[in-house]
Amino acid sequence: MADAPALPPTARTKPVESSRNWPLMDRLMLACCWVAGVSACVIAFAIVAYMAYRGLEFLRPALFIERPNADLDQSKSGGFLDPLLGTLILTVMGTALAIPVAVATAVWVTEYGRPFWLARAVESGVEIIAGTPSIVLAIFGLIVFQEQLLGFLSFEAEGGSVFGRSFFTAAAMMSLIALPLIVGSTREGLQSIPGHVREASYALGKTKAATIRRVLLPSLRAPIATGTALGMGRIAGDTAIVVILLGGTLQLQGYGDVPGLDVLRGTGSTLTSYVYLNSPAGEGSAPEKAYAAAVVLLAIAIALNFLVDWIVRRDPTKAVTAAARR
Amino acid sequence: MTMPDDSADLIVDGAGPPPPIRRLVPGGAPTIVLPPPPGTITAPNGAGGTGPTVERRVSALPAAQVAERMRTEELRIAYGGKEAVKGVSLPVRRGEVLALIGPSGCGKTTLLRSLNRLTELTPTATRTGRIVLDDQDVDTLEVTDLRRRVSMVFQQPNPFPMSVFDNVAYALREQGSRKPRKGALMEPVTEALRRAGLLTEVQDNLDHPALRLSGGQQQRLCIARALAADPEVLLLDEPCSALDPKSTATIEELIVRLREEVAIVIVTHNLQQAHRVADKVGFMYLGDLVEYGDGDRIFSAPREERTADYVAGAFG
Ligand SMILES: Nc1ncnc2c1ncn2[C@@H]1O[C@H](COP(=O)(O)OP(=O)(O)OP(=O)(O)O)[C@@H](O)[C@H]1O
Ligand SMILES: [Mg+2]
Repeated sequence: MADAPALPPTARTKPVESSRNWPLMDRLMLACCWVAGVSACVIAFAIVAYMAYRGLEFLRPALFIERPNADLDQSKSGGFLDPLLGTLILTVMGTALAIPVAVATAVWVTEYGRPFWLARAVESGVEIIAGTPSIVLAIFGLIVFQEQLLGFLSFEAEGGSVFGRSFFTAAAMMSLIALPLIVGSTREGLQSIPGHVREASYALGKTKAATIRRVLLPSLRAPIATGTALGMGRIAGDTAIVVILLGGTLQLQGYGDVPGLDVLRGTGSTLTSYVYLNSPAGEGSAPEKAYAAAVVLLAIAIALNFLVDWIVRRDPTKAVTAAARR
Repeated sequence: MTMPDDSADLIVDGAGPPPPIRRLVPGGAPTIVLPPPPGTITAPNGAGGTGPTVERRVSALPAAQVAERMRTEELRIAYGGKEAVKGVSLPVRRGEVLALIGPSGCGKTTLLRSLNRLTELTPTATRTGRIVLDDQDVDTLEVTDLRRRVSMVFQQPNPFPMSVFDNVAYALREQGSRKPRKGALMEPVTEALRRAGLLTEVQDNLDHPALRLSGGQQQRLCIARALAADPEVLLLDEPCSALDPKSTATIEELIVRLREEVAIVIVTHNLQQAHRVADKVGFMYLGDLVEYGDGDRIFSAPREERTADYVAGAFG
């Protein structure tokens, strides 16, 4: 026996079985799976690499801090500060509106769900929202927010007709894009909590409300964050609602005299509408700006993806992931 | 079915000094040994030892210290029309530990869960018959109150997905409140963990997720959680099935110590454990309470053939 205290074991046996002795059919299937996985990976990298190659050559730091101008001369048409801010504002507002509604909906449907028909109706409602093309949401939003009653959310043009386009109205419709994603991930999170955990709480004499607040919701942080990050990606990537409900003005144009609030009541644009406008298809016709902005947009989307991964991995309540981290 | 003959048993129990305690020897007739001095705790015999010489941990308490807390009257419980408990009448008393024994699926868990109305959470479960806590029908009590007073440890460990500390602290706090804060709860939480025999293993990592504990540690955490709420009736559904002999001994000692303040019902498949800790034993079979009486009598001189057959499996 060695005198020195033995170090913890380091050797590992591979948990993977060899497919060498599998039947041919199984091996072919495995190969197909492998090819499918690898090609998805290759396509993803191709998109990123190509956009980086095309975009990075036009991307200058100045673009981030210059306000855009409608000028045919590309040296004077500025950067994309306003669209970048527009994307950020809209994303934050949209998810801020969506999270409470979505979490409340998910908790109600999963934990209460009575009467039964109402729960089913809510479920299909969420599904319908998820399935509605964003351009339809945009048109619908325009009709709603042009109502006289909701004029305070945008502004009234001369003659008293409500314009209906502003960060408020666009964010309201954007929240509908994020809503089903957050509802979905929150419900999944709730369903993954075994029933005996709730039972343990009831057995201590806790009410359902206390159980939801202190036992269920704290372990939902990761699912909610995941849904939120996915929703942010969808909001940042949507064009239809921006073009129709945000006014699509190149610069942020505030209305009203309350500082801060004026921006939100006003119009603007986002990176998506900026890319569209400057692409060969749009009026601006400045492809190099479009590519540069597209790279930034892609970077935001990828960053959000990694954020999701990080949140899921970091989740302290999941014993499995915690063990995997060790 | 035999109705519980508890009145007769009570008289026997209450008559003078504690009765002699039967030590059961495998294959042989029970021999009578003198009861150990009050408060003596006998160590359990190791599972792989020379043989199951089973001794009561302590003798019965004097009748004056025994008081009825709960009672079921003709309790019937069915799942979707299929009866799992068929007319059980049973007292639960402070001062005596009640062990429920019987083959798998005979309705022990169902009976236990009905005592604090947890069966209500199963949508298909239906019930008739009365359950009484201190002469009050449990149906008339606020269910959250009832469950605070009648606490349960489940067959499967079910800690909350939070830290070890929070698992116990949650039981101490008022409903969803965050108060009292952690500092104020440190003492009662560690006390509960100590009583469940878990403290030495977790005292340095009270902030670690409870789900990272081993199965046996999780079960002891659940016991600590149930104790922390300071229940009047404690329902234990096979609390030791995942525990090693030493932890089992800790829990058994805890049970006999607690019986003076708390009415305890323990479900167990370990008949030797039932004999070690229980003053009263109820034998259930296919939903019926076949026999109920003094633990010593049930194990040494069962009146029903089914009881005799079942008990023989462990001691014969
Ligand atoms: N949720 C349920 N739904 C339907 N039937 C159930 C349910 N729970 C228990 N049962 C049935 O009720 C009967 C009694 O079950 P119970 O869990 O009370 O048995 P038990 O005595 O605790 O068994 P074990 O010793 O294996 O834990 C069984 O026949 C079982 O199939
Ligand atoms: Mg059971």
